[in-house]
Parts: sequence; C-alpha cells; structure tokens
Amino acid sequence: MIAGMFAQLGVPTDAPFAVPEVAWSALTPLLILIVGALALLVVTALVPRTLPVGFFTVTTVAVAAGAAVASLGSWDRVTDPDRGPYMAVAGAITLDGFSVLVTALLAITVVLVALLADGYLRREGLGAAEFSVLVLLSASGGVMMALANDLIVMFLGLEVLSIALYVLAGFQGDRRESQESAMKYFLLGAFASAFLLYGIALVYGATGSTNLGEIAGFLARDVPSEQGLLLGGMAMLIVGFGFKIGVVPFQSWVPDVYQGAPTPVTAFMASGVKVAGFAALLRVIVSALSVQAQDWRPVMWVLAMLTLVVGPAMAIVQTDVKRMLAYSSISHAGFILIGVQAASDRGTAGALFYLFAYSFMALGAFGVVSLVARQGDVGVDLDRFRGLSKRRPGLALVFAVFLLGQTGVPLTSGFMAKFSVIGAAVASESYALAMVAMLTSVVGAFAYLRVIVAMYLGDDEEMAEEGTRRVQIPAAAGLALGLALAVTVTLGVLPSTVLDAARDAVPARLSPSR
Amino acid sequence: MNVLPVLSTLATETTGDAAGGTGFPLLTGLVVLPVIGALLVAIAPRGRGELARLIGLLTTVSVGAIGLYLLTQFDAADAGFQFTTQHIWIEQLGISWHLGVDGISLFLVILTGLLFPLVMVGVTPHHDPKPYTAWLLLLEAGCMGVFLSLDLFLFFVAFEIVLVPMYFLIGGWGYSERVYAALKFFLFTMAGSALMLVGILTLVFLHQKATGVLTFDLVTLADSQSVAEGTARWLFLAFALAFAVKVPIFPLHTWLPDAHTQAPTGASVILAGVMLKLGTYGLLRFGLYLFPEAASHFAPLLVTLGVIGIIYGAVVAAMQRDLKRLVAYSSVAHLGFIVLGTFAFTTQGLEGGILQMVNHGISTGALFLLVGMIYERRHTREISELHGLQKAAPVLAVVFTVVMFSSIGLPGLNGFVGEFLILIGSFLTRRWWAIAAASGVILAALYLLWAYQRVFHGEPEGENATMPDLTWREGFVLAPLLVAIVGLGVYPKPMLERIEPAVERLISHVEDNSDFDRPAAESTRPTGASVSERTLHERMGGNGR
Repeated sequence: MIAGMFAQLGVPTDAPFAVPEVAWSALTPLLILIVGALALLVVTALVPRTLPVGFFTVTTVAVAAGAAVASLGSWDRVTDPDRGPYMAVAGAITLDGFSVLVTALLAITVVLVALLADGYLRREGLGAAEFSVLVLLSASGGVMMALANDLIVMFLGLEVLSIALYVLAGFQGDRRESQESAMKYFLLGAFASAFLLYGIALVYGATGSTNLGEIAGFLARDVPSEQGLLLGGMAMLIVGFGFKIGVVPFQSWVPDVYQGAPTPVTAFMASGVKVAGFAALLRVIVSALSVQAQDWRPVMWVLAMLTLVVGPAMAIVQTDVKRMLAYSSISHAGFILIGVQAASDRGTAGALFYLFAYSFMALGAFGVVSLVARQGDVGVDLDRFRGLSKRRPGLALVFAVFLLGQTGVPLTSGFMAKFSVIGAAVASESYALAMVAMLTSVVGAFAYLRVIVAMYLGDDEEMAEEGTRRVQIPAAAGLALGLALAVTVTLGVLPSTVLDAARDAVPARLSPSR
Repeated sequence: MNVLPVLSTLATETTGDAAGGTGFPLLTGLVVLPVIGALLVAIAPRGRGELARLIGLLTTVSVGAIGLYLLTQFDAADAGFQFTTQHIWIEQLGISWHLGVDGISLFLVILTGLLFPLVMVGVTPHHDPKPYTAWLLLLEAGCMGVFLSLDLFLFFVAFEIVLVPMYFLIGGWGYSERVYAALKFFLFTMAGSALMLVGILTLVFLHQKATGVLTFDLVTLADSQSVAEGTARWLFLAFALAFAVKVPIFPLHTWLPDAHTQAPTGASVILAGVMLKLGTYGLLRFGLYLFPEAASHFAPLLVTLGVIGIIYGAVVAAMQRDLKRLVAYSSVAHLGFIVLGTFAFTTQGLEGGILQMVNHGISTGALFLLVGMIYERRHTREISELHGLQKAAPVLAVVFTVVMFSSIGLPGLNGFVGEFLILIGSFLTRRWWAIAAASGVILAALYLLWAYQRVFHGEPEGENATMPDLTWREGFVLAPLLVAIVGLGVYPKPMLERIEPAVERLISHVEDNSDFDRPAAESTRPTGASVSERTLHERMGGNGR
C-alpha cells in the first residue's frame, strides 16, 4: 500500500541504482558541460582584463571533449548484455546506448563548433566568453534531452537548449539579419514549446504519467479510456518536435533563422540541435509510444513525404549558399524522418547513423561558408564561390566532398546514411517513400552541383574576377574541417563501427515502477 | 607477380584460382591500382604536369597488363567466375568485397585496360593535366569495379562513383556547352539509378525474409530466386531503368549527344568505349541473371526499343552537321544492336552482343580519337567546313576509312562479326525485329559514307589544304585499335570460345527460371566442349545461310 503510493509519486521502491554515486556517474557528461560553462562564466567575471579568444576556444574544446569521453566511457557498461541500460535520479533519466551515443555526438559537435567559431569570433570581434558559455549550456540542454526518461525532464532540456540558442542566433546584434533570426526563432520556438507542453499534459491525462517507461508500460497493458486525449497529446508532441527539427510544414523559420544566425551557430543548429530534437522524437514517439505506431506512422509518412519534396525544391532556386544549405538541411530532416516512420529498430538505427553522418557534413559545409564569407558574415552568394578551386584548391575540394556527401555519392558518409534509412524504409515496406526520397535527392543534387560548378567549372575570366582577396583559413577552423572531412570519408568507406554502434543504441524502455 | 607488396597484403583470404598460385589478388589490383595512381598524382607537386601524366601512363599500362595476363590465365572451359576474391566489408549487412570475372566480363575488362593507356598517351589535356589525370584514373577504377563486382552493394557504389570523375572531366575540360552537358549527364544518370538502389534493397530484404540470410552477394541472390514473379518484374524495371539511361536506350538517350559532343576527346573515348557498356553489361549481369523471368517477360519491350534506337540513331546521325555529334548518335544505333542481341536469348545473340560491346568500344573509341585529332588541327567539327582532307592527310584518311568500315560492319572487320551474330541470334527468336534491325546496317553505311565523302573527298582549300597528317605518336595510339579491328574481324574464335560457356550458362539460367525456351534450331546444336571447337564459319553456315 505504501509502496504503491511511492510508486505513484514516482519514487522508486526497489530500484537498486538510485544510490547517489551511481546517479552522479550517470550525470557526468551533463555535469561536465554545465560546470564547465559556469566556471567559464565565473572566470570571465573575475579576471579584470579581457581574455584572448584562444583561451575560450581551448577551454570549450576541452570541456566538450571531456563530456564526449565521459559519455563514451559508459558505452561498454550500458551495452553489456549482463548489466544493460539503467535509470538514475528516480527514473527521470535513462542511460542506454542511445543516450550515450547521442550525448557523445552532441559533445563532439560542440568541439567542432568551438573550433570553427575561433577564427569567426576574431574576425567579427565578438565576445568569445559569452559565446562559449552559451554553446556549452545549449549543448547541456541537448544532453538532458538525450538522457530524459521523463517528459518533464525532456521539456527542461529543450528549454535550456533553446533559450541559449535564441541568444546565440542574435549574437551579432549589429546585423539586422541576426536580430531577425533571433526574434523569429524565439517566437516560433515559444510556440513549439507551448505545443509540446500541452502535448505532455494531454499524454499525462491519458496515461497517468509523464515517465516514458511508465507510459510505455501503461499502453502495453491497458487501452486508455480517453483515446482522444492520447491522440491529441501525440499530435501536439509531434507538432512541437516537428518545429524543433524543422520538418515541413513546420519549417518556415528554418531558412531565415539559419541564414541570419552567425554561421558557426547555424552549423550548431544543423548538427547538434537537430541531433537533440530527433533524439527526443525517437525516444518519445518511436520508443515510448511504439504501441501506438499505427496511429503516428501515417503522420510521419506524410511529414516525411512533404519534407522530402519541399526541401530540395526550394533549395534549387536559392542563390545564397547559406540559405541553400538551410533548405538542404530541411530535406535531410526528411530523410531522417524516413527512419523514424519505419517504426522499427532498423529505422531508429538508420536515423541515428544519418544524424551522425549529417552532423559532420553540415558542420563542414557551414564551416566553409563561414570562412568564405566577407567580414560581417555577408556575401555568401553563389558568385562568391566562383573560382574558389583556383584560389583555394584545398578548401574547394573539402567543400566539394561535403556537397557530394550530401548529394549521396558513394564512398561518402552521406551515401551510407541514405542507404541506411532507405533500407529501413524498404524493410518496413514503405516503398513509395523510399522511391520518392531517392528521386528528390536527384533534385537536391542540382542545388549542390551548382555550387561545385561555381567553384570548379567557371570560365577563366570569371575565375580571375573574385581573386583579389584570398580566403583566410585559421588553423582551428582548418582542424575542424579536417576532422569533419575525415569522418565523412571514413564513414563512407568503412562504416561498420558506427553502423554497429547505431544498431546497439536503440532506446531502452525502462520503467521505474517495475 | 608480387610487384606491389602493398597489394599482396590484401590477399589474406583469397579464394578460388588465384593466378599463378601466388595468391596475388589480380582483380583487386585492377580496381585498387588506379586509385593508388590517382592518389600519387594528387600528391605530385603542382606544375609538374608531365610527372602526373607519367604516373597516369604507368598505372594504366600496368592495369592493362594485368588485364592481358588474365586473358592468358583464363580457363576457357569454365563457365563460372574465375580469379574470385572475397573479403567481408560491412558484416552487419552482409556486404563483401567480392570480385570475379567470367567470359562475359573478361573482354570488357581487357577493353577498359586497353583504352585507358591509349587515352593517356593519345590525348593531351589543354590545361591542368594533374587533376585531369587523377580523374581519369578514378574513372578507370570505377569502371573496373562495375565489371568485376559480384556484390550488389559494391556494384552500386562503383556504378554511381563513375559519375563524379566523368562529371568533372566533361565540365572541366570540355567545349563551350560543357557545364550544361556535365550537369545533364550527372542528373540523368543519377535519376536513373535512384530507383535501382530501392530495387537492390527490396531484393535483399525480400531474400532475407524468405531465407533468413541478409546478403548482397550476387551469386547467392541470383541462385535462390526467392522473389515472387510479380515483385521480380517491378524490381527488374527498377534495374533496367538505371541501365537503360546508361546505355542509353531510346527514349532515354537525350543526355548522350550533349555529353559526348561537349566532353574532351579523352572523356568521349572513355564515355563511348567503356561507360556505355556499364549499362549493357548491367542488363546482362544483373537484369538477366537476377530476374530471368522478368527479363524474358519484358524482352519484347526492350527489343522493340533497341530496334527503334537502331533506326532512330541512324536517321538522326545522318542529319548531323557536327562530326562528333554524328559519331555520338551512331552510338545510339550500335547500342540498340547490343540490346537486341541481349534480349534475343540465343547463344549467338548474346555472344554477338558481348562482342559488339567490345567492337563498339574499339571502333567508336577510335572514331572519337580521330575526330578529336581533326578538331585539334582545324578547330572545327562542322562537316560543312571540312573538305578534301584526303589530299592533305592521306594516312589519317586511310585510318578513318578502316575504322569507319569497322563501324559499318564490313565483312573481315570486327563490326561485321558482332552485328552478324546479333542478327542471326535475334532472327531465331524475333524474326521481324531482326529484319527491321538489318536496315540499320544499311543506314549506318549511308550516314558514315556520306559524312566521309563530305569531309575527305574533293579538292581542299584554305586551311583544309594545309592540314598536317598523323604524327607518329598519334599513329602509335591508333595502331593497337586497328590491329584489334582487323584481328577480331578475321579470327574472332579465341574470343568467342571464351565467351560462349558463360553465355550458355546464362541462357540455361533464364530457361530454368522462366517459361522461355530456346528455339529448336538452337537447342539441337551440340553443346559443351565441342561448341568451342567449331569455327565461326561453320556456325554462320549452319544457321545463317
């Protein structure tokens, strides 16, 4: 009787893992990020003179890399069949292969973003301290989403992630586009949060819990008396997540926000933020609500179809490369949704692999854009790239690889990623979606090839025209691009390790009451 | 054979008959060697174009040499795959690095090995020789990969990857409309193969559902035939579409004239000589082998399109004002013949088709080289601006004549053997189509002779009169092709007897798995070892006259 009351309050009665030291170790990556961010904040406030940008870059990279290592450190523990995944903090978070992999991926994207931002912040004369702190905090929100086993925790994570990002989007306050970006992102983000919160409330009403394990357990045992409540809640959740990951018809903010935000921030939005958003979607909809798959699969199918068609169709008419990449990131979200709608472990693994592969390609592509842009983060028109192969052959080649990777050319990670999600779709017999996806990727190819044409195939006069100023490549950004390139090529040629990891990282459904 | 210690380390689990018993993975070498060459070229110092070209030449020559060595070691009586090598690549998905060669692919491999060094020597890029050479080498690796792979994933990777080097070759070194042509080429071909990937995955997962084994292995999938008839037909269409664009089969050919005309000479030679064969080879190796029932079901459609291509290509070629465009359209016609022969499902038809793939590679490759040489001298390809070249450049004219007759199919030259076998083979199963196709031979004579007359005959004036003749270097490049043209025309038996067992096996595979039966005249013929004993003359006498 008393145990039952405890269970209702969400307090575990027989969970042996609730002992404090285990909980702390479970939270290590999250704590590293938060403590790192706060420590940076304190140091900046206490040191009288302005610290050099390099200091913040090194610190951010160290903190994020530490979080990644700490997270991967528990990989063997959670994928060990004897010990398996476990919960902590009264069942509010889950440590499984999924959260470990997503956390590590998020932390790695922060490493690359920090490296890319180094030269950018110097060029634009922006405050490195605030930037580093905000990126770390934002990432900690993402990690919270990856770990969450409770809708409330997930919502908290989402807010931490988003609020830091609203500020980052408007970080270049003297540029109108940046302000517009922040405002737009904030308003639509607030809407999305409201949807999400309402969805959480309805799902709670239908199932009696906000704990994902409990919800899954309840749905597996009983049919909710208020089916409409559950369906309404699910719909709200999908709308909320749909905004965050930028799928059609909730994508309208993406191009403006991506284009207006400082480019390293855009790179983070396309990589880390997408990873966190999809992680939440996979954990809540695909995993916890898997019993209701017949209800949400058609919705995902339609969303994927719309996204796959609209994204590339809009990308090919853009002349601004940054905006084109924003639309292309929409179309990639469509591809990841293919894995989601497959509603299978293969689909989840495919989506995870896609997120892994796309994060590095997006970071790399936006990284190149940030280098090619003029001071003030403007001038990333297609013309700016004309003849880049003559002026900066290395940079052009690297960009070409990222673009070809996003096209899905074999021997790049982009091909393996497409292969994984299309495979999942075919295995779940979503043939029409698979075919549409492949055909629209041809449309998207045109957008990427246009940039390659500009870089490589212009006339000699055109090539010479832009040659007055050489594009500078700071060492840190070069390192980031090199890492992204290495991952893109390695995943294309030898994808086995990450494919296996993605397969082993399917979310576990743990419930504190059992 | 252990010339390259780097490669011999790859030989850890080579199975099958590795040549010479040394365990050297010859086929892996064919694919990897050009990649290594391309990397060497990439790290070669900038501004040292000659060094890059030297590396390119050495690489392609050694690849060609491996190809010829394969020919000497090839067991003509064996219908299966030889020199096979298999390594696990992506274990989770049952994907492996599985290469092998049989009578169908052997001569295409040798053709590839022959054409690339000739292009390396024969065509000097106008600028940036370093990236040009690197792209050509990567292209060779991709083409070899397509002809050798026995794993559907590996095949698709190779089939798609060839787009990238060719895109850059056309776009970077082509003529005035090169960017448009390169884009069109890339997007057309990519669109074609988009659905093939879905087809491959569907086949693999249906096979897994039926047998419990997840594998991309071609031989396993083809032998199990685990897909229902209706599904297999859809899958065949997905594959066939990809190949039809690549071949190209009418009406999917519109990218070809642009790509061929705008491409630099070297790329045109490879495009026509090797890359179009990726499509026809794919139809044979993957279409017929994986989906025999569907292939026989759709054969009337493909044969019809092939015949339309023969006549359409010839008629349009006759109307061209641009010499290179004329040659490009003649490819549409020639490949129509190959499609006709392939889907006739007779020994002669298939043999002729394979022979014609090689013939077309040689003769059209040579034609593109010659047109390129004329363009280098005259800076025009307009037929109306060329006149009386025979007087100014008699040697070039003679070479052009021989190549042209090979393309027309004059008896005694290689083109005749291929076209004749195709016509005999298709006459047995598809009489009216064969008769219609025969008119294509006459049309080919018409447009080529007419073009020759306009370009080479008459009294030259102005620049036409002072056009220099072939240089020794150019003659040296064309000589191997001329030898092949005459050699294969006079004595094709060594080639046919190596092709025949594999073709017989493929047709039996189609017969076993569909309601197709060979025509009586065909099945009463002796089979097995005695087949290869007969000469071409007997065969033609027995069936054709």
